[in-house]
Amino acid sequence: MDVLKLASAEGRAPDPAALLAAIPYCRHLGLSVETAGSALVLLMPFAPHLIGNPVLPALHGGVIGSFLETAAIAQMIWELGGGQLPKPIDITIDYLRSGRAVDTRAQARIAKLGRRVVNVHAELWQEDPEKPVASLRGHFLLS
Amino acid sequence: MGVDTDPRLPFNRTMTEDNSDIQKFAAARLGDTAFFVSLGAEVLEIAKGRARSRLPYAPHLVGDPDTGVIHGGAITAMLDQTCGMAVASALKELMPFATLDLRIDYMKPAEPHADIFIEAECLKVTHEVAFTRGIAYQSSAEQPIALSTGAFMLIRSGGGKTGG
Repeated sequence: MDVLKLASAEGRAPDPAALLAAIPYCRHLGLSVETAGSALVLLMPFAPHLIGNPVLPALHGGVIGSFLETAAIAQMIWELGGGQLPKPIDITIDYLRSGRAVDTRAQARIAKLGRRVVNVHAELWQEDPEKPVASLRGHFLLS
Repeated sequence: MGVDTDPRLPFNRTMTEDNSDIQKFAAARLGDTAFFVSLGAEVLEIAKGRARSRLPYAPHLVGDPDTGVIHGGAITAMLDQTCGMAVASALKELMPFATLDLRIDYMKPAEPHADIFIEAECLKVTHEVAFTRGIAYQSSAEQPIALSTGAFMLIRSGGGKTGG
């Protein structure tokens, strides 16, 4: 991706907002960067098309999984740079609470950085970061 | 459609015709889910404890603009949804349920510009939990792009976990 290759060539971390904007599926989810400290916090404002259960109503489990996976990838890019996106090997998503029809945030951290493989943990929450809605553990392959 | 001879059907079993009200209800309700519709996905078949769906390739699903490969999250969403439909059709009575966990192994990248097919099976329903597995593939179920294992919490009236 140009946004990654340019940053890599210039020896700086890529702009995470530009990364999300360059990925069509992230635009479909409406993801943006809320804060970019040592950890990125990503924001997904509520939108009606994110609903999976209209009765509760609740966010789609796939929306939650997609957001967590994106948070993991964005954090790896932010910390590790590189000209290409890491590729998922496997992920496990635990659904802890119902994802309500409100704004949602996610953040990830690298648990173990190997030579080829990265183990990443990510969490997703709504009003209270102490009450995560879902969490992800995943392995990703560095290109 | 000729499911009997469809080589893409991965579980080596023919989907049986079963038009019970519960299965019709499950198909109608879950196929209308807003996010599923927004992906451009469609339900192909629902039988007791089994479901098939299709995700046509579309530009808004792309996760890597360099290659055109769709985002892993879109496959996650399809597996979650299709496994949920398999659970709904396996239940003897209608009740809400929520994904408890989902594990996905990405076997190989999806080919861009090609549809993705999902097949899901509900392996077991206990009083509280339904266990599922799913497969995502393109040209052949012999070459899956992803496999999933997931548990769903059944929400029987009179208490228990609530969720979506």
